[in-house]
Amino acid sequence: MQETQLQRVQEAVARCRDLPGALLPMLHAIQDDLGYVPPEAVPTIAKALALSRAEVHGVISFYHHFRSAPPGRHVIQVCRAEACQSMGAERLVARLRERLGIDFHGTTPDGAVSLEAVYCLGNCACAPAVMVDGALRGRVTEAVLDEIVAAAALDDENDGVAGGAR
Amino acid sequence: MSVRIFVPRDSSAVSVGADAVAKAIADEATRRAIPVAVVRNGSRGMLWLEPLVEVETPAGRVGYGPVTVADIPQLFDAGFHRGAPHALCIGPVDDYPWLAKQERLCFARAGVTDPLSWNEYVAHGGSRGLRAALAMTGVDAVAAVTESGLRGRGGAAFPTGIKWKTVLDTAADQKYVVCNADEGDSGTFSDRMVMEDDPFVLIEGMTIAGIATGATIGYIYLRSEYPYAERALMAAIETARSVGVLGDDVLGSGRRFELHVRRGAGAYICGEETSLLESLEGKRGMVRFKPPVPAISGLFGKPTVLNNVITFASIPIIFDRGAAFYRDYGRGRSRGTLPIQLAGNIRQGGLVEKAFGVTLNELLYDFGGGSASGRPIRTVQVGGPLGAYIPESQFDVPLDYEAYASIGAMVGHGGIVVFDDTVDMARMARYAMEFCAIESCGKCTPCRIGSTRGVETIDRIIEGRERGAQLAILEDLCNTMLSGSLCALGGMTPFPVLSALKHFPQDFGLGPDGLAAAA
Repeated sequence: MQETQLQRVQEAVARCRDLPGALLPMLHAIQDDLGYVPPEAVPTIAKALALSRAEVHGVISFYHHFRSAPPGRHVIQVCRAEACQSMGAERLVARLRERLGIDFHGTTPDGAVSLEAVYCLGNCACAPAVMVDGALRGRVTEAVLDEIVAAAALDDENDGVAGGAR
Repeated sequence: MSVRIFVPRDSSAVSVGADAVAKAIADEATRRAIPVAVVRNGSRGMLWLEPLVEVETPAGRVGYGPVTVADIPQLFDAGFHRGAPHALCIGPVDDYPWLAKQERLCFARAGVTDPLSWNEYVAHGGSRGLRAALAMTGVDAVAAVTESGLRGRGGAAFPTGIKWKTVLDTAADQKYVVCNADEGDSGTFSDRMVMEDDPFVLIEGMTIAGIATGATIGYIYLRSEYPYAERALMAAIETARSVGVLGDDVLGSGRRFELHVRRGAGAYICGEETSLLESLEGKRGMVRFKPPVPAISGLFGKPTVLNNVITFASIPIIFDRGAAFYRDYGRGRSRGTLPIQLAGNIRQGGLVEKAFGVTLNELLYDFGGGSASGRPIRTVQVGGPLGAYIPESQFDVPLDYEAYASIGAMVGHGGIVVFDDTVDMARMARYAMEFCAIESCGKCTPCRIGSTRGVETIDRIIEGRERGAQLAILEDLCNTMLSGSLCALGGMTPFPVLSALKHFPQDFGLGPDGLAAAA
């Protein structure tokens, strides 16, 4: 973890430590800022909340949302729940695996795209749905998916994908 | 005087291009020097028509949908800004049969107003329920909820008034109101729509719960998959503070109620109420033993009113129009209305709020217009990933809590996911077990281990290895999960599995009698 990252972790810890049930808001604050929760941040968090490091690690690893490693520059989440399945989500999944050459929880070697599974984005009447860097997309076809992948593969300076990483 | 043109800000509408359509309308109007004010309303819930653009005319609001950016120049050419006919025109929106046939109590304002405008909220009946509640004693307010017959809309259908009375009657130095907005069931989005399309109604309902039971702090536990809802709630709560609905002096009553949003972290189990409380306290979302119930010992060990978004959103109209008004909708012991979500492989999917008693046949064909693929509808799953798969022979059962329980199904949160005849029910049964294995909190053995063994057993059945013996194991395993799990996740995962097996044995390579064919 870099010096500046540690400083940002400490700021998030200071901001959240007095909230009732502070741990989840604190982890969110850190991940919103850095894109993940660095394992090196765990002792700082534990000390601030008078918890053991094991307890903090246990919470981070319990929740699917929290990451312990940096994600790709773009995160594509594909809904795999029933409504999207009924509209062909598994075809999209196969297409993405093929185009990106990675599986769920993976990141492309160039660090451009991370692929995640998600179980319902609440867009079930406009299925199949994906979320790209926090922006929801509905009625997604394989052609639209190709566009999303192409836009994500471009360098970030001419970023074709809306929103920032959550 | 500029023309008001409405383009929804609901995330479902945005997901199919509403933001770009709104911008294109404003740009095109500027180019043509036509005075237009683009209003970002909520969604009406006619999601297959999104982006549904509405134009205000002297004869009411006229709808056009689904609109793409490419349609905008032609729409202006046709004079849509005066409500003129066009191929995409659906006529006056309020008269559109899909909408006109509904009974919208919870969703009365959704799509009509700008969700973040407090003035429009009040102009359309908002805040009257809270004012009425502030004039009542806690005992009378709780009695009104009981008389309304309202039951928990999250899925468990527990009588809301009884829950509130328990909190009211439990003495404590601090009580809480917690809203379960961890809407994780596939095929459900009514909570999301309330929060994005009419967030003040949730704030008002939770505030009434606080006033009625003596709770002064509220939390909305919102799933992390709903960033649009989070932004809408944060903005609405800030407005509610500034107009004096929230804070130290609720609408000048001298009563206090404060409200906070807490984000979940992608754990389905946190929709279970005790697991949600653990998560709110900053811990792993492990299910708690009950008793004690949260109404007596809930958040931080204090008495807690814990209800679903739709339950709270149903409260203001009960106080505005009276308990009898609400109770007069519905049938049997299922009173009031249920916001039903039509999803999956359906031509006209969206939000249908109807009194209890509507049938799947009406929902799938009169409202839904059949499958999106045009193929025959084979089955629907009602009530989320833990709900039963229902065959066509039961599509005429009235949707109410007791009638559904009697056929081994559940209404749950009112989500309906439609599948056409290409669905492989053995795969869906396998998925139900797989989902349980991914999302189990791990506290009890039947759920933690049983779900993984369930996937393996179904795999063997699909492969045709010792089908008869594996079938007996699967049914035995399901019985263990049904009666031995700590909460509904393990306890109800057998519902989709067993219903798929019972109604579609051929998909598992079985004979129509459910017995193993010679494999």
